[in-house]
Amino acid sequence: MKITPEEILHVANLARLHMSQEEVGAMVRHLDDILTYVAKLNELDTEGIIPTTHAISMVNAFREDEVKPSLDRVKALANGPDQNGESFVVPRVI
Amino acid sequence: MALHALTIHELREMLANGQVSAVEVTRDVLDRIEKVEDKVKAYITLDPELALQQAETADKKLKDGTGGALCGIPVSVKDVLCTDGMRTTCGSRILENFVPPYDATTVVKLKQAGAVLIGKVSMDEFAMGSTSEHCAFGPPKNPWNTEYICGGSSGGSAASVAAGECIASLGTDTGGSIRQPASHCGVVGLKPTYGRVSRYGLVAFASSLDQVGPLTKDVTDCAQMMNVISGYDANDSTSVPQEAPDFRNALTEGLRGMKIGIPKEYFLEGLDPEVEKNVLKGIDLLREAGAETVEVSLPHTDYCVAVYYLIAPAEASSNLARYDGVRYGLRDKTSDALVDMYRNSRSQGFGDEVKRRIIIGTYALSSGYYDAYYKKASQVRTLITEDYRKVFERCDVLVSPVNPTPAWKLAEKIDDPMSVYLSDILTISANLAGIPGISVPCGFSGEGLPIGLQIQGAHFQEEKLLSAAFNLEQRLNISHLRPDNL
Repeated sequence: MKITPEEILHVANLARLHMSQEEVGAMVRHLDDILTYVAKLNELDTEGIIPTTHAISMVNAFREDEVKPSLDRVKALANGPDQNGESFVVPRVI
Repeated sequence: MALHALTIHELREMLANGQVSAVEVTRDVLDRIEKVEDKVKAYITLDPELALQQAETADKKLKDGTGGALCGIPVSVKDVLCTDGMRTTCGSRILENFVPPYDATTVVKLKQAGAVLIGKVSMDEFAMGSTSEHCAFGPPKNPWNTEYICGGSSGGSAASVAAGECIASLGTDTGGSIRQPASHCGVVGLKPTYGRVSRYGLVAFASSLDQVGPLTKDVTDCAQMMNVISGYDANDSTSVPQEAPDFRNALTEGLRGMKIGIPKEYFLEGLDPEVEKNVLKGIDLLREAGAETVEVSLPHTDYCVAVYYLIAPAEASSNLARYDGVRYGLRDKTSDALVDMYRNSRSQGFGDEVKRRIIIGTYALSSGYYDAYYKKASQVRTLITEDYRKVFERCDVLVSPVNPTPAWKLAEKIDDPMSVYLSDILTISANLAGIPGISVPCGFSGEGLPIGLQIQGAHFQEEKLLSAAFNLEQRLNISHLRPDNL
């Protein structure tokens, strides 16, 4: 595998992360190491193998739709970096 | 022995018959912290005043006979489990000032049982790491030799128990994060079956792998903690609706009839000779206790690290998308546009290892790569699980080392993440298959660093692990040893 700095910047953008040039350089090396290593999975024929999505097989966890007390607004907003007592405030979107 | 050096079951007996009070025990633990915390650095948040208040309440309950199984026992909790009103940082700058509005279910259960919460302990940021060096607030140290790592990611849990800065602790295990530090710090650490213990209020890293479990000074304490934290929780849809047994019933002498598999792939090339020697000695003792051993094979073991370092980062990249500076956590206040605010907040708040895993995970899930990486890894995960299913048809438990080597020196591998990832090779498979695993101390290296022995079992077979671990502990007789250099 050869990862390019452009690919790192593309993925960083998808993940909403800034990367300095130095960070991009380090990330190219680390991602390259990892992708080279995980390529060993290609030694295995997995044709027709069902992928694991749950470690313990369970059917859907249904419950009755009952009204119960939920987190109160003051508590829910308390950790907001910017809030007005009713909502979280964010920079202008439109 | 000083109070802080005792176990849950020893202290419970003394508390029950009035030999000591919960306040005395808590004060002794707080004094111990005062004395050694500068060297160990196990805690991120401490609240001595609150601890003493809880101890006073515990004393009242002890007096009127309403105290639960942990009444008056000082515990620490990994800083990834939400504690109502007590800061929960996940070892990250992004949550440095986050105060949860509710308790994790496991924390509720500790409190209901009467435990005294001393504080929140250190960990690799968002539980991503094997050394606890990726904690944004500085790494905890190994109490047996503070120049060495204590393991991770539940490093603060293991260090606080080993150093007597609490009596027991809760950690979490996504790829070995309870068992590995337990092994490095000479304490007992159990990763339960996936679904046995509620994950409600556990800040998510890799949701299909994460599990909460105890770190304790001996196997009896481990069983006591499991009794408290196990069981179905309607708030966790992956929690399994199955009654938990009384785990203490597993603590009986003798292992006649138990068949132990020794997976040959776990005695890998490069295994440290001292680790091998101590684990083999442990296996001999299990045989002496009546168990029968048989060599078995888990042919896909060599692929588990590759599978894990795709699946865990993929899940993490999705789980950590929630840190956007809107509802909680760090926000960059200089950005005028929303997307810049996201980007700046995340870039300032996350450390290098977390960013690295987000990038790996985002890459593996990105358009055009999903089948080659995430799907492929999930298919090999099925093969790893199948390996276990087959061997558990033939044997009750599997015994192996926990880590390929004893603890290494702090900072020794900080620039070589790949070599640290590879050191997880003996613990990761249990998470991929959702099975339980325990680390129990089995000896020391020449340098005096603890070595652990791992026992794995089929889903919901924790009692077999505890039974084997208990018999090993009885025959080794080292569980009373504590670091004496602090």
